[in-house]
Amino acid sequence: MEYKDYYQILGVAKDAPQEEIKRAYRKLARKYHPDVSKEKDSEERFKELGEANEVLKDPEKRAAYDQLGSNWKAGQEGFQPPPDWDAGFEFHGGGYTNDQSGATDYSDFFEQLFGHNAAGYSSSFGSKHSGYRAVGENSHAKVFIDIEDAYLGASRSLTLRSTIVGEDGRPQLKERTLNVKIPKGVKQGQNIRLKGQGSPGNGGGEAGDLYLEIEFNPHTIYQVNGQDVSLELPITTWEAALGNKVQVPTPAGKVDLKIPAGTSSGKRMRLKGRGIPGKPPGDFYITLAIVLPDKLGDKEISLYKTLQQETSSFNPRVKLGV
Amino acid sequence: MENEEIRVLSGIVMDDNQAISLAELCRCCSLPAEQVVTMIENGIVEPIESRITISHWQFRGESVLRIQTAIRLKRDLGVNTAGAALALELLDEVKALRQQLSIRI
Repeated sequence: MEYKDYYQILGVAKDAPQEEIKRAYRKLARKYHPDVSKEKDSEERFKELGEANEVLKDPEKRAAYDQLGSNWKAGQEGFQPPPDWDAGFEFHGGGYTNDQSGATDYSDFFEQLFGHNAAGYSSSFGSKHSGYRAVGENSHAKVFIDIEDAYLGASRSLTLRSTIVGEDGRPQLKERTLNVKIPKGVKQGQNIRLKGQGSPGNGGGEAGDLYLEIEFNPHTIYQVNGQDVSLELPITTWEAALGNKVQVPTPAGKVDLKIPAGTSSGKRMRLKGRGIPGKPPGDFYITLAIVLPDKLGDKEISLYKTLQQETSSFNPRVKLGV
Repeated sequence: MENEEIRVLSGIVMDDNQAISLAELCRCCSLPAEQVVTMIENGIVEPIESRITISHWQFRGESVLRIQTAIRLKRDLGVNTAGAALALELLDEVKALRQQLSIRI
């Protein structure tokens, strides 16, 4: 088992007063709260903070933890508490209060020391706090889809891991696979509610719901903003000058676009209703970008020189005053 | 670990087109009505049409997620309902700014 340095997790000294521990926990909890933080491992960090706080905020548990000795380093393996390590300590109140749900998410290290029901109140993200209510908890999960899936709809198979209370009363991991239909027209950040697919209820209560948050995989050519999708379309100088009909890829397939004569780089064009489907559908935006070949041929250079000599009157920087 | 296969499930997309009642909102968030009303008073969510009797109130689907986030912020960070409302508003703003940034890059 891995030893956990709760002082290090909270960033406080071993002799920090209770007040300082409280402050440190509150500050870090705000920083790493999964609803607030954008960091990838925020959920893990937040759970760790909750566990460290659970021990250090309680002078009884803290004293017992301190007694383990300072020879242990964070993450060091092979930790076993001495058989009588907690002799002489009595845990009150916040100690052995049974969490109604039983399925708290503390580390093995914590459970070995304080037992799996030791958490009087649990502050870990998404943990159960239902008290005596019989309805099961809602669960949340993220599902990653491609932009094309939002246009056409798709099916996704997801494997969810959840903690459930086993027959022996100890929490255990259960894996289950769900096949979920992703309806056409979903947007980034939207949630799909699957009724009754959350945690089972207590005492014959109804199961909670499962919320799936839609997240788009980053796309190489498209960008999504709500229901609108945008693309940068490279064009040649002569297409910009003379106009042309070109093909444009969209997540729903290729479409023809007429570039008007005399188009400058950066011009934005809109294909109404070609964004993510819906009522009303989003729009598809095209930003034109004039692109030159990597290397110009002799013929091209001489043609551009003719152009330069014969259209010397044009100054595109006139608005800049130069 | 057990592994079981389940049939294809269809859910409800929680968006603007999905109106839900106050009772449903309370059920989805496992919260008594008084507490949901307090959240409404603090502007965390708003009924689509507020000038009708409470029993007829309808909410946008995304309201469920806002209330669930507010519950977590209150429970985990010890903020009160007004504080949670402020945090949610600032988070909305950050999200909008991040989105603008990602488009420009």
